[in-house]
Amino acid sequence: MPRFDRRELAAIYAGGVLGALARVSLAQAFPVQVPSWPWTTFAINVSGSFLLAYVATRLRERLPPSTYRRPLLGTGFCGAYTTFSTVQVEVLKMLDHDRYGMAIAYVAASLAAGLAAVWVATAMVRRVRMVTAG
Amino acid sequence: MSVWVWIAVGVLGGAGALARFVLDALIGTRWGGAFPLGTFAVNISGAFVLGLLTGLDVPSETLLLAGTAMIGAYTTFSTWVLETHRLAEEGEIGTAVLNVVLSITAGVGAAAVGRLIGGH
Repeated sequence: MPRFDRRELAAIYAGGVLGALARVSLAQAFPVQVPSWPWTTFAINVSGSFLLAYVATRLRERLPPSTYRRPLLGTGFCGAYTTFSTVQVEVLKMLDHDRYGMAIAYVAASLAAGLAAVWVATAMVRRVRMVTAG
Repeated sequence: MSVWVWIAVGVLGGAGALARFVLDALIGTRWGGAFPLGTFAVNISGAFVLGLLTGLDVPSETLLLAGTAMIGAYTTFSTWVLETHRLAEEGEIGTAVLNVVLSITAGVGAAAVGRLIGGH
């Protein structure tokens, strides 16, 4: 059984509260019904992936271990803001409508855009760190 | 949406994030492989439960709170993608591809099974 730091847990919880509120607000503001393309979920997942990669890369080596920024912003906020389960149900609904091409495209595009976002955010942080270290 | 529902969204969203962290940490202490089993377990179990809620055809507010807010916060797309990227960066290409293919097939499968059990 790992030892859990209470303040880390609190940071994750707080981030989770904000991430869920952000996602639900956007979902309410920009509702999408499959078989329309789920732009809202897509945008949330890609932007959240960018932010997580930025936070994870920037905070990985720099700050002392007592920082709670990573659990708050990363595990908490980004983890709660983005969602995997919603994508799966959206895919099921596309399949219900026989939109097999759309289902494949949606998963592929989400993944590709998410990976690209991670790559860009990571590169951005490392370039700045290389420049400032010089 | 009433203030109370928004408060519930926040409370349940935080709980979902915490549950994800705890399960991932517990699995992490037992699993030493490169494959991100913790995130996988969280995402697949979450997909199952969301499928189940969808299949049960619960009232819209229940689906919003238990499904969108809590399970949506419990599962994570960003961690899945970040871990895939880091695996590829470290040269673990096979594991990265496995993480993608397995998560998608098991995820859709779990959601489908959950929905079927729910009675859709």
